Amino acid sequence: MTQTPPALRLSRITKRFGSLVANDDISLELASGEVLALLGENGAGKSTLVSILFGHYVADEGDIEVAGQPLPAGDPKAALAAGIGMVHQHFALADNLTVLDNVMLGTEPLWQLFSRRRAARAKLVETAQRFGLSVNPDARVATLSVGERQRVEILKALYRGARILILDEPTAVLTPQESESLFATLAQLVAQGLSIIFISHKLDEVLRVSHRVAVLRAGKLVATRATRETGKAELAALMVGREVSLPQRERRPRGDAMLRLQGVRAMQGGVAALDGLDLDVHAGEIVGIAGVSGNGQLALAQLLCGTLAADEGSVRLKDEAMPAQARTWLARGVARIPEDRHAVGIVGDLPVWENAVSERLHTPAFSRWGVVRRKAARAFTRQLVERFDVRLSGIDANTRVLSGGNMQKLILGRALSVAGDGVTPTLIVANQPTWGLDIGAVAYVHRCLLDAAAAGAAVLLISEDLDELFAIADRIAVMFKGHLGAPRATEDWTLADIGLAMAGTAAGTQAEVPHAA
Amino acid sequence: MMELLATLADMLGSSAFWIATLRVATPLILGTLGVLICERAGVLNLGIEGIMVAGAFTGWLAVYQGADLWTGVLVAMATGAACGLLHAVLTVWLTVSQHVAGLGLTMFATSLSYFAYRVSFPKVTTPPTIEPFAPLQALDAVPWIGPVLASQTALTLLAIALVPLVGWIIQRTPAGLALRMVGENPAAAEGQGLNVVAVRTAAIVAGSAQMGLAGAFLTLSAFNAFFFNMINGRGWICVALVVFASWRPGKALLGALLFAAFDAAQLRLQQAGGGALPYQLYLMLPYLLSILALIVMARRAAYPQALMKPYRKGER
Repeated sequence: MTQTPPALRLSRITKRFGSLVANDDISLELASGEVLALLGENGAGKSTLVSILFGHYVADEGDIEVAGQPLPAGDPKAALAAGIGMVHQHFALADNLTVLDNVMLGTEPLWQLFSRRRAARAKLVETAQRFGLSVNPDARVATLSVGERQRVEILKALYRGARILILDEPTAVLTPQESESLFATLAQLVAQGLSIIFISHKLDEVLRVSHRVAVLRAGKLVATRATRETGKAELAALMVGREVSLPQRERRPRGDAMLRLQGVRAMQGGVAALDGLDLDVHAGEIVGIAGVSGNGQLALAQLLCGTLAADEGSVRLKDEAMPAQARTWLARGVARIPEDRHAVGIVGDLPVWENAVSERLHTPAFSRWGVVRRKAARAFTRQLVERFDVRLSGIDANTRVLSGGNMQKLILGRALSVAGDGVTPTLIVANQPTWGLDIGAVAYVHRCLLDAAAAGAAVLLISEDLDELFAIADRIAVMFKGHLGAPRATEDWTLADIGLAMAGTAAGTQAEVPHAA
Repeated sequence: MMELLATLADMLGSSAFWIATLRVATPLILGTLGVLICERAGVLNLGIEGIMVAGAFTGWLAVYQGADLWTGVLVAMATGAACGLLHAVLTVWLTVSQHVAGLGLTMFATSLSYFAYRVSFPKVTTPPTIEPFAPLQALDAVPWIGPVLASQTALTLLAIALVPLVGWIIQRTPAGLALRMVGENPAAAEGQGLNVVAVRTAAIVAGSAQMGLAGAFLTLSAFNAFFFNMINGRGWICVALVVFASWRPGKALLGALLFAAFDAAQLRLQQAGGGALPYQLYLMLPYLLSILALIVMARRAAYPQALMKPYRKGER
């Protein structure tokens, strides 16, 4: 009896990091011409599994077969030779080299005296045409857009004759339109007999592109379903392991303008990171800033924390001009939730209680004669930990041991009490507040922001996650290359419009909207 | 003022000035290429100062013991390569701080060379000498630059020839591409099936061999003996010149020649100026001008992105 073996077979893979079991006895098969979605929360073990597959990690137990042949463990070279190609979430490209350089690397013996660049280039162009992926082989990677870089990553694998392509959260950095074109590419690859493993935590796109879904939770494979026979609700329940109710926004009265930016321009690294920004944020509303990362969002957040000075224009809070001085912003009751909690939000090697009071350490509440009032600080921290349900072993523990969700709750608690205990902040600047959190923690953060707005805070929510913006923002504006389009009510946006604006191709990015009747 | 300009014009027209410039530039060219190779692979090698001392000493010692000059050159390069291997073990295999390992290597190699010299020649007061490389008289026939070339030795020509060679290897061969890739994004290189540790080790060993050669030029060509403090900061100049050159071999040659020209010029200005100014001011001149040139040239330099970042497999 002859039966073609599956393109890929993982048998009983187990991987432990210390006491953490990242992959627990996982077995999977992948047929040729199939798109298998690997679905799971952050930390469910998706990335670990594909890292084992690609030879970055060695599994503690279990083995891998590619087209019936065993694959040696821990050897990326063997994985490449077996036809496995990987497209990392954070692209594995050298920015200072050309596309051709990046693609060619490792395809020629190192001791060869000449690079056969002309032949390689012809092959690259031919491969690109066959799969409908256009790129300029001589462009420096640094000059390419995110979507183009991803194409280079895919081409890199195809150039080497990959038969199995692994895509790790491929849409995380793309605009909706770029995602569409990626899905079209994937369909073409599958039509030519390639197999694809598509890693994601977004239900809609998983349902959209895959033939089969494997759901991982806490390192275990909890279910495999044919995509046709499942739905969003079932997958969500499988992924999280419990029911989650997502908060919804409700109509609230809008108050006075709290934050008012007029013609703000700021240079960063020689380019205008903010270029002529006009924006009002009123008390009681959540204004969402959409955009692909790197279009000035960070500069905007920094401007509103007092760590970046505007070169032109006016920045006013409650009708008072604001200086570029972080302490003043804090003193006026501006709460901030920074983009990267590990790098900017907290100091990992300091205990929880010191992080909890760090923004108000200089106020009389927590220091006297230059000496920290430890008792008051610790009491405050205990209260905060309880109110915001931060799970930890103790307030003296190093903050870095907290999980992402708990760390974010700590930051949230600190931010919301910036104006004093129980006083609503004037303005909340939240930059990617739910990045990397699981659904439960996301719901909690959203709940807090909605409550704060209902209590009269002006909230500026900067996010790359459009679902998040549509769920809780009252108005949305799109940022592109330092420009901010005119905000529109959330109901007035469609996904297609916002995608075009994020790519900078719509009139909607400019404040000039032709006079309508 | 007119006098000074006249002096300058005289100087630029004299072959003696250009002869001196090329001679001063040679160890800088070799050392800068060595540093450049290491840094393009992502590893800072501050061991250069010590490696140059060790190369100068072992190359000279081999010749003093009866080996011929080219064997001395090979010995110096092997010494450099060995020091480079030590640096690679520390920085690439054990991933310790590249600054600390490099400075440690400089102190170690310098002290060891001085110690070995003292042990070998406990009683001498004047340094023992060898017969160094002879100038290439035959090149006098070359039109225009003949007189300048004829006063140089084979090592200078070798250094100049190495510039396009290194440039070609880095830009045009698979090995050069691998070298640039591990210096830009080692994780990506690993993902493409390259052995990052092996490529970086090879780069450091090759670069350090050139640093050893740079040192040997001083004892086998520029002078005929080994003495203490003869490297005198030339290694550090090379580290700065690589930044000046934006990690490109051609610009490295230019930078080395520029610095050497300043150095040759200051000697002549010192003589022309009489005792009007303290001579230390003239000595400062090339360094001052180098710092200025560095400020102008290096502001837009694109660093190899993974420079000074140790690569540990399986970490993000």
